[in-house]
Amino acid sequence: MQLTSYLQDGMLTIVLTGEIDHHCAKHYIRTITAKIEAYTPQICILDFQEVTFMDSSGIAVVINALRNMAKIEGKLELAGLQPQPMKVFRASGVDKLITMKEEVK
Amino acid sequence: MKFENYMMLEFPSKSTNEGFARSAVACFAAQLDPTMEELGDIRTAVSEAVTNCIVHAYPDGLGVISLRCRILKDNVLDIVIKDRGVGIENLEQARKPMFTTGGAERSGMGFTIMESFMTSFQVTSKPGKGTTVHMRRKLQRRK
Repeated sequence: MQLTSYLQDGMLTIVLTGEIDHHCAKHYIRTITAKIEAYTPQICILDFQEVTFMDSSGIAVVINALRNMAKIEGKLELAGLQPQPMKVFRASGVDKLITMKEEVK
Repeated sequence: MKFENYMMLEFPSKSTNEGFARSAVACFAAQLDPTMEELGDIRTAVSEAVTNCIVHAYPDGLGVISLRCRILKDNVLDIVIKDRGVGIENLEQARKPMFTTGGAERSGMGFTIMESFMTSFQVTSKPGKGTTVHMRRKLQRRK
């Protein structure tokens, strides 16, 4: 379970894959935190294109990333959300806190 | 017979079983010809309930989680997820959105999501005895 990421012009994109649940959430939180701390980007994009399922553990992953970006005065965006993860974000109100884009740059 | 079909599972509270439980319920529900959205809702609700058992019911080790699924008349999927763990002291507080005792890895949205994704949702708990989540989802008949 590895997370691919790339940095370009102060923009860090982290690609999430597969199913996000409590079983893998801790690993995701740790890895994303480490990448944000290492690269201190102005914008961090979490690419959800390849996330096929997410429960509320995914909300915790995103909230943690949002806190880490706030610490360095950066911005967090989510991109490429499929309908199921999008519905979980909407049910929790997270879609009102974070910019969500359908397409990945 | 009040139900048309049923299945029962019992498994230890290992986090690897979260994926197994939601997939097993989705496979069972497939005979009702659900839409992708309905299937996604059911998988999400099952994942939340099973995760609650793993994180909260048995905090100090492994315990048993039992899951029963039935197909009732009129295309209703009935799901019961039960543990014999520590139980919930204050159910009202536990059901509040964003409330969690699970730390930074949890969002406190589990009950809210189960409630909003299922047609009916009920939780009963006795401290020291365990917790039971009972939920139903009525599936649309496709033409």
